[in-house]
Amino acid sequence: MHHARRRGNRGHVTLNEIILHVNGRAYAARVEDHWTLLDVLRNQLGFTGAKKGCDQGSCGACTVLLDGIAVQSCLVLAVQSQGRSIVTIEGLARDGRLDPLQSAFHEVGAIQCGFCTPGMILSAKALLLRNPDPSEDQIKEALSGNLCRCTGYVKIVQAVKMAAAERSQAAGAAPQDVALRADPAPQAGSGT
Amino acid sequence: MKPDYVNIGGRMPRVDGIVKAAGEAMYAADLSLPGMLHGRLLRSPHPHARILGVDTSAAAALPDVHAVITSRDTSGFLAGGIGSPGNEPYLALDKARFVGDAVAAVAAVDEETAERALELIDVQYEVLNPVLDPFSAMRPGAPLVHDDAPGNLSFETDLSFGDVDDAFSTCDYVREDEFETAPIRHGFIEPHAALASWETSGRLTFWGSKQSPYFTYRNMAKALGIPMSRVRIVQPHLGGGFGGKNEMFNVDFCAALLSITTGRPVKVVVSQEEVLYAYRQRHPAWIKLKTGFMNDGTLVAVDADIVADGGAYKGIGALSLFLMCTFLALPYRVPHLRAKGRRVYTNTQPSCAMRGHGVPQVRYAAEVQLDMAASDLGLDPLEVRIKNAIQPGDTTGNEFRITSCGLTETLVAARDTAERWRREIPAATEPHLKRGIGVASYGYVSGPRIAGHNTSAALIKVHEDGRVGLATGSSDCGQGSSTVLSQIAAEVLGVRLEDVQYASLDSEIVPVDPGVFGSRVTFITGNAVKRAAEDVRRQLAGVAAGILGVDPEDLVFRDRRVFVEGDPERGIPFDRLVKSAQYSGTGMTLLGRGYWAPEGIDLPRFDTGMGNQSGAYSFGTQVAAVEVDTETGRVKVLRLAVAHDCGQPINEMLVEGQLEGSSIGGVGHTFTECIQRRQGQTMNASFLEYRMPTALDACPVESTHTDTTDEMGPYGAKEAGEGVQVAIMPALVNAVHDAIGVWFKRVPITPEAVVAALRGSSAGATPNGGAKGGADGDGPDEDRGPT
Repeated sequence: MHHARRRGNRGHVTLNEIILHVNGRAYAARVEDHWTLLDVLRNQLGFTGAKKGCDQGSCGACTVLLDGIAVQSCLVLAVQSQGRSIVTIEGLARDGRLDPLQSAFHEVGAIQCGFCTPGMILSAKALLLRNPDPSEDQIKEALSGNLCRCTGYVKIVQAVKMAAAERSQAAGAAPQDVALRADPAPQAGSGT
Repeated sequence: MKPDYVNIGGRMPRVDGIVKAAGEAMYAADLSLPGMLHGRLLRSPHPHARILGVDTSAAAALPDVHAVITSRDTSGFLAGGIGSPGNEPYLALDKARFVGDAVAAVAAVDEETAERALELIDVQYEVLNPVLDPFSAMRPGAPLVHDDAPGNLSFETDLSFGDVDDAFSTCDYVREDEFETAPIRHGFIEPHAALASWETSGRLTFWGSKQSPYFTYRNMAKALGIPMSRVRIVQPHLGGGFGGKNEMFNVDFCAALLSITTGRPVKVVVSQEEVLYAYRQRHPAWIKLKTGFMNDGTLVAVDADIVADGGAYKGIGALSLFLMCTFLALPYRVPHLRAKGRRVYTNTQPSCAMRGHGVPQVRYAAEVQLDMAASDLGLDPLEVRIKNAIQPGDTTGNEFRITSCGLTETLVAARDTAERWRREIPAATEPHLKRGIGVASYGYVSGPRIAGHNTSAALIKVHEDGRVGLATGSSDCGQGSSTVLSQIAAEVLGVRLEDVQYASLDSEIVPVDPGVFGSRVTFITGNAVKRAAEDVRRQLAGVAAGILGVDPEDLVFRDRRVFVEGDPERGIPFDRLVKSAQYSGTGMTLLGRGYWAPEGIDLPRFDTGMGNQSGAYSFGTQVAAVEVDTETGRVKVLRLAVAHDCGQPINEMLVEGQLEGSSIGGVGHTFTECIQRRQGQTMNASFLEYRMPTALDACPVESTHTDTTDEMGPYGAKEAGEGVQVAIMPALVNAVHDAIGVWFKRVPITPEAVVAALRGSSAGATPNGGAKGGADGDGPDEDRGPT
């Protein structure tokens, strides 16, 4: 279904009606072809936890999970994201409990201004999904696309190590992670 | 034996950590209001151009455009210029003075329409010859950036004490070198953002990414011509500042004026690219430094000639230059000092404060030169530092009064660290890899006084359930001040950190604050919070004394209880006491207030550099171990250490976070970061091309606290946020010398510069593009001696 919208003196622009699956819920959104996933998450759906740091794919603050893989949502078009599982920072906590990565970032002091934190945590989440027991070098590699000027990364790497260790200790923590990876059955979300 | 604190000194997670981890923390760009419009700014493509006319009619006629503004719509207010009139309009008046200077602004229903409207604005420019470096700018006949600044001189500081010329004639050894630092970025990830909402009643509400919200409070009122009390600043979470978000900017002003013009809320968010080419940078500096020593390493005299590129406007540059000159007097005893500084206008983006504010540039020069001199004199540079270290009770020739000072202890700790590293770090296995260790020291202010008003204040409200609400005018830009200040309130009131709720800053009721700069918050606002909490404690003690039948002076507040000293069983829980107070008489309302500034701090004399600047000074010594690849020129940082005197740390974990972030940031400043421009155009205005450290560059950062307690600081605390970025650069440069025998007098040390230096070429090919040599070899094969 298409909707027309007036746009400046470029005449009429076609809006695509799409369904996005975000944090296990389906949302209807009307988007232009060139709108990024980041802009639609932030402006249409209200997921402002995804931060716009550079809009060029160079800072990582907008990182979300797309089918369990960390992507910079400023480099993905919203229309490309249909039918895929999108997880933002708002979708990591379950039943009011923070994800172990979120807790670890808080407890070891890996957060300062916090602007890079959502993207950093989601890059780390994607790493732990594919490699539950990463080495320090693997952690640094996985986070190397996420810039942080406050912390010097020392405590961030420490937090990821801590969350990985807790995760390997706590057997049966996997179901939530499976849910993050799988394409969720669309729920009766009413969209915006 | 230190007191047995409950909330002071431990490792406590920050009070805003969970909202940030959960993605719930709202930053200025995250906010929106019903009916909100989006603003964009039109910027000059020329480094220097006269504005002959601006035709906005086509842009204004575009559907969905609500307003187009230029300087014609403003009062022409000029910002900046502490201690003297400012010269920076929020929208260019007669001239554009750098690529990125704002000329017009648009409000439209969305950002894309606003962008489209910018393309329809027709600005007629008369392109003028630009001046792009300070030395060209100072030449006779050079184009003037500001007509009222002959020679493009922005500000001069002429600091002198002792008898420098006479002193040099008594020295056993004198050397003179020229050092150069690059223009660099603050590097915050959150771009500037502002949301303004004007009410017909004449009140403006403003949410912005402001590090020092009361700078904006004052300037907004002046620029709009409305009473200050009609400007309501509400501070959302802030995505880093590092000095680059102190001042009110055009983005803030345009959001407000567009809201007034349209009668709608207006949000302006700039792109990171705009941040990188159109906002602030650290002053690049050229430092001619002459230092005289005796053969035993005693420092006798220092003579410095400093040129700082101020960019297009004055801003707060007088303070930057003042600090560059005055911090040649710390952290060593300098009997004779002369420091002449010139801040020069150029047609490039304006320079301002950045973490360490002016001091990193001069300490880089002085700390590297100290190592050069020690090397020539056959002395251990660390012992030379210990020999000359400033001591408690000293007063410098420019009247810095040193109270608590653990510099010597930090040097001893650094010596232990360096010795241990020499044992622990094996020699590189491959012959083209060379390893080295370097050391450098610093002193820094705990809040400089820059103007008359130096007082911070705090308000406390005790909630009906016994929780404590705390508000101050100091914003938390990530450094953790809301946590540290909450800890202080908790300690005074004998509650736990989690019982304190740090309120967001709202200028409607929160007292005015000078700003979050110069590492002042823990020291100055911390004392204000302590007083506000003591005010509440006095009120509660009066009630408790009545209930318990004792003198208020005999009560202890601790562990969420109030009890009789020496008789802990005789007491009352804190929350019950609060409730009792509320129902005593006709009912008490528990509000506390406190304000504080150090007494006896001089107003800065920017022209002479004289006067005590701060109630306390922090000190530290940094150690760096590097590995240089002599084939590729790449330098890998293996380890860093900071031994520091920040008084009593309020929160060990947060202090470590400051040390680590400062240190790794300094790695970028030393090896990779440099704004590159061609004809005034920034060529690397993206994080892909302007290379800040990533997680791959992180290395272990060890830290050691020395055991000082500052008498004036809250619970003995001093600053810990900025000083640690002062000595990291020279420590790394000295470590590179230790590895390959080359002194680098220009930063950043790029791989090309390393390779060129090792091949004996004096043209250290740093991206600064200057003609001067970047490196001096003192290896046996290429000893050219001091220049």
